[in-house]
Amino acid sequence: MNTMLKVEGVHTYIGQYHILQGVNFEAKEGEVSVLLGRNGAGKTTTLKTILGLTPATKGCITFKGQEITKKPTHVIANSGIGYVPEDQGIFATLTVEENMKVAMRNEDEVTMRKQDYVLDLFPDLKTFWKKDGGLLSGGQKQMLAMARAFVGNSQLLLIDEPSKGLAPIVIEKVMEAIIDMKKQTTIVLVEQNFMMASRIGDTYTLLDDGETVHSGMMQDLIQDEQIKRKYLGIG
Amino acid sequence: MELLLNLTINGLATGMLIFLLAAGLTLIFGLMDVLNFAHGGLFAWGAYSSVWFYSLTESFVIAILGAILTGIILGFITEKLIIKPVYGNHVQQILITLGFMLVLTEMLKVVFGPNQIAAKTPPYFVGSWEFGDVIIIKYRVFIIIVGFLVFGIFQYILKKTKIGLIVRAGVMNKEMVKTLGININNVFLYVFIAGAVLASLGGALMAPYSGVIYAEMGMEFAILGFIVVVIGGMGSFPGSLLAAVLVGLTGSYMAYYVPSLSLAVNMMIMAIVLIFRPQGLFRVKG
Repeated sequence: MNTMLKVEGVHTYIGQYHILQGVNFEAKEGEVSVLLGRNGAGKTTTLKTILGLTPATKGCITFKGQEITKKPTHVIANSGIGYVPEDQGIFATLTVEENMKVAMRNEDEVTMRKQDYVLDLFPDLKTFWKKDGGLLSGGQKQMLAMARAFVGNSQLLLIDEPSKGLAPIVIEKVMEAIIDMKKQTTIVLVEQNFMMASRIGDTYTLLDDGETVHSGMMQDLIQDEQIKRKYLGIG
Repeated sequence: MELLLNLTINGLATGMLIFLLAAGLTLIFGLMDVLNFAHGGLFAWGAYSSVWFYSLTESFVIAILGAILTGIILGFITEKLIIKPVYGNHVQQILITLGFMLVLTEMLKVVFGPNQIAAKTPPYFVGSWEFGDVIIIKYRVFIIIVGFLVFGIFQYILKKTKIGLIVRAGVMNKEMVKTLGININNVFLYVFIAGAVLASLGGALMAPYSGVIYAEMGMEFAILGFIVVVIGGMGSFPGSLLAAVLVGLTGSYMAYYVPSLSLAVNMMIMAIVLIFRPQGLFRVKG
């Protein structure tokens, strides 16, 4: 499988703090790559660095073979990277429909087909199509955030903690949706919920104190009690 | 009753002029998080350029178009040279825009002279309609109509067009808008120019309304504009309209009934709003 995203030796500062101190990983086309690690390990900053929101000071990020390290966020997004932030980033006073429209580059047949697909995946969005985004439940906001990122011509989705703050039944729905979306797009997932990460992920990258400490196939990590105990506090 | 009606029309007309100034301010404030104290300077330049164009052509339409053109040019220059380098730094924004306000004011004196200039009302707007004891001045009605028209046009753009959607989204979450592949810097520039055009249009309409224009008029009106933005809620277009009408009407009533309080009343309204609803009457939720 082709490498879609490659992050090599990336360092990032936020103010005076050296947050990322050597992050390396690859995301292959059609796979779900999961970033794992404790709180403060640098997972969210890694996603933001890929998007140029907290630009890398050192290292190299390539997407579909093109370097994107120093490019502005909108250019990176337009190259085909969609983002679902931890707080979902829903525009509260825009309706569900308007939230989707903001993300669409154009309203051609392909985009409308993508929209139909996500609306079938998340029927709640159809029900609340004319309702303000701010009035949706936590789970519905998560669905909207994922649907919005998907319709924006994304070949790679960066999804940050989709299970955070959601009820188990909603987590199950979101998980099924990600598994379905995987057929159409490549996904980099940040997830604290190991049960969810292990069910969805094909590969993993473990971050600790801002650097990559392990990576490999998810199946191998599931068996490796020592690493899980040491870096994730489970097992 | 007749007196009340006259005062109401005067107040509405003044309110609409303040609205044109505040509408640009609130968009710039709400979307770009920029405190633009030079906004009044654009208002004054709009007034001067319209009077200049009118003196050359005797056409009010050309005068208005000239003022709009001035707003576009000055808005472009101001955003590129003055505002862009200080995004995200309020202290620098206040200092540099206040300084630029003084430059704009002094430039008016250099170009048009230090004295007040008389501004003519176009002949077709001179005079009034009389209904019994009620006297309705034509030009004031024209200002009210233009104010509502501008509100309607901008509401349409904000609610029904893609660029409007992007602006509304940007007011709530700029970072998220960038991650959707939108060049927010371009949107900032368009919004700033639109704000400058509204200010210069307000100045152009103000000139025949007051009959004289002077270089410092921008700063005087800008203070009212800021009061309206605070009362209406930062980033809210309908909030600005409501607050501008409120400020215009109370100013008009108080000037007649309690003249000594006519200037203080706007500050009092702002203080009351800040105490009970610090986010303004219309809050734009993030």
